Amino acid sequence: MSKELIRLVDCTMAYDGETVLNSINLKINDKEFLTLLGPSGCGKTTTLRIIGGFQTPTSGDVLFGGVRINDVPPHKRKVNTVFQKYALFTHMNVFENVAFGLRIAKRPEGEIKTRVREALALVALSGFEKRSPTSLSGGQQQRVAIARAIVNRPQVLLLDEPLGALDLKLRKEMQHELKQIQQQVGITFIYVTHDQEEALTMSDTIVVMNGGNILQIGTPADIYNEPNNAFVADFIGESNIIDGVMLHDKLVRFSGTEFTCLDTGFDRNENVDIVVRPEDVKIVEPDRGQLSGIVSSIIFKGVHYEILVDTDDHQWMIHSTISAPVGQRIGMLLTDDDIHIMHKSALPEAAAEVDE
Amino acid sequence: MKRFLSIPYIVWMAIFVVAPIILVVVYALTSGSGSFTFENFAHMENFLSVFIRSMIMALIATAICILIGYPLAYALACEGPRLQKIFIMLIMLPMWMNFLLRTYAWMSILENTGLINSLLSALGLPTVNMINTQGAVVLGMVYNYLPFMVLPIYSVMVRIEPSVVEAAQDLGANSFKVFLRIIFPLSLPGVLSGITMVFVPSVSTFIISRLLGGGKSLLLGDLIEMQFLGSAYNPHLGSAISLIMMVIIIACMMVMNRFGEGEERAVML
Repeated sequence: MSKELIRLVDCTMAYDGETVLNSINLKINDKEFLTLLGPSGCGKTTTLRIIGGFQTPTSGDVLFGGVRINDVPPHKRKVNTVFQKYALFTHMNVFENVAFGLRIAKRPEGEIKTRVREALALVALSGFEKRSPTSLSGGQQQRVAIARAIVNRPQVLLLDEPLGALDLKLRKEMQHELKQIQQQVGITFIYVTHDQEEALTMSDTIVVMNGGNILQIGTPADIYNEPNNAFVADFIGESNIIDGVMLHDKLVRFSGTEFTCLDTGFDRNENVDIVVRPEDVKIVEPDRGQLSGIVSSIIFKGVHYEILVDTDDHQWMIHSTISAPVGQRIGMLLTDDDIHIMHKSALPEAAAEVDE
Repeated sequence: MKRFLSIPYIVWMAIFVVAPIILVVVYALTSGSGSFTFENFAHMENFLSVFIRSMIMALIATAICILIGYPLAYALACEGPRLQKIFIMLIMLPMWMNFLLRTYAWMSILENTGLINSLLSALGLPTVNMINTQGAVVLGMVYNYLPFMVLPIYSVMVRIEPSVVEAAQDLGANSFKVFLRIIFPLSLPGVLSGITMVFVPSVSTFIISRLLGGGKSLLLGDLIEMQFLGSAYNPHLGSAISLIMMVIIIACMMVMNRFGEGEERAVML
């Protein structure tokens, strides 16, 4: 069982009266790959910068191994950061960039040499020691930035959208490499991204944020399968979100039809959000489905078809390996566990995001 | 089309840059009767002391400009954008006034009966002789050319990414080490161009040394001016001295550029 390393207690951040972080609480375990996920402006980078020591929370505490570190400056923290635009030192070669932290710590020359070599080998950049960072590609610069951070053997590595500037293919490769590096060096990674797929691929724990609030914390599978509000459901993967009314436990009505479901604990006749994943909708004969509608578009996506179906009150998105021609009436079948019921979001910002 | 647009510029350059240089070379290599000669260069050693004095005073002025200008530029770059604008304006402001006027103003401040000495005697303190000294000349150089040191350093400093500074802090560097290892090396190209922009006009000035130095300590600029407009009228010798000064300055610049090449590239990005 891994132990707790970092804890944020009621951390609030405000600039000029505008709240960027709204009293968040977060626990980060040792050797965990934790991702802060959310749209831009959700407070994820601010959270990272608070942990790195570049910003001090307006109120609340940052604990590291149980000790309050609010006032500890960045150069005295046992964390290192990989910056969004790499922030390499352009007046030094690759070796000196990576050696920077060790030189500041006044390690002996021999040790610096071996550790820099090891770090560069870890990011597959052996032989690049003498090159100038400006002569490297984006992916290579990224690796230098990672080597420069992990060579110091921090307890925690903070990564601020490190793959944002790379093209899709390289980004995928780096995702796997990062995960490998994390397992190899066995330290905590705190990763900031707005890319839900990246978060699902790499993380042990995902923290979904929006409007300065933490909406959900969980494993990738939890977050994907059991999103606890419509914003999370929509942000992680695609979803059909429909207004509904909870009649009583395990019975809900939406689109003029009553459905049995698995959810309990809602008020009688409470207005709720119904979330249905596109891949959970089964296409059947029109008279055999609980709902029926007319196919308005179909796009081949490789693994599946993306089908849009218009019913009387909603447009459904369906991912299916079965195709259906545009204009055809089809039936849609939902089983109990395809229907996820969520309280109407209490957070106005989150609700606004869903509308977009 | 582009070629047509560049014609006025080429004509301008030919008339006002290339032609004068050719004239200087021709004058330097001819005698009064118009025949070819190296005679004008033969007695340069007589002016060795003037060369050395000019160099030393320009170097001192440049060094003082760095000492004042660098911290000023650094402090400025750390300020918020609004304060930066105001201070840049203040630094530029004197440059909008006539150069002569500014130097005359310093005369009336430094004179034996000038502002400072009147103030000193009013306070019952002994007066100090400041005008017509080498110190006054260096002061004039520093005052007039300081903006040319501050502005290039400042413009390089503001281009240093804040995240680079944060990265250094993150890797364990305290403020002093961040400055020494990151900010200073990254700002060197600005310092180099500042040195060029202060040293070159300082080494060739004659107004400043005339007005504030009282013609006591002859500088290269004075020497050349004397050959063309002054008592010792001899444009051939004047051209020869100018030519040597140009060669020395170009040599200095080339050495500096070689030295600065690495950093120059670093700041391009």
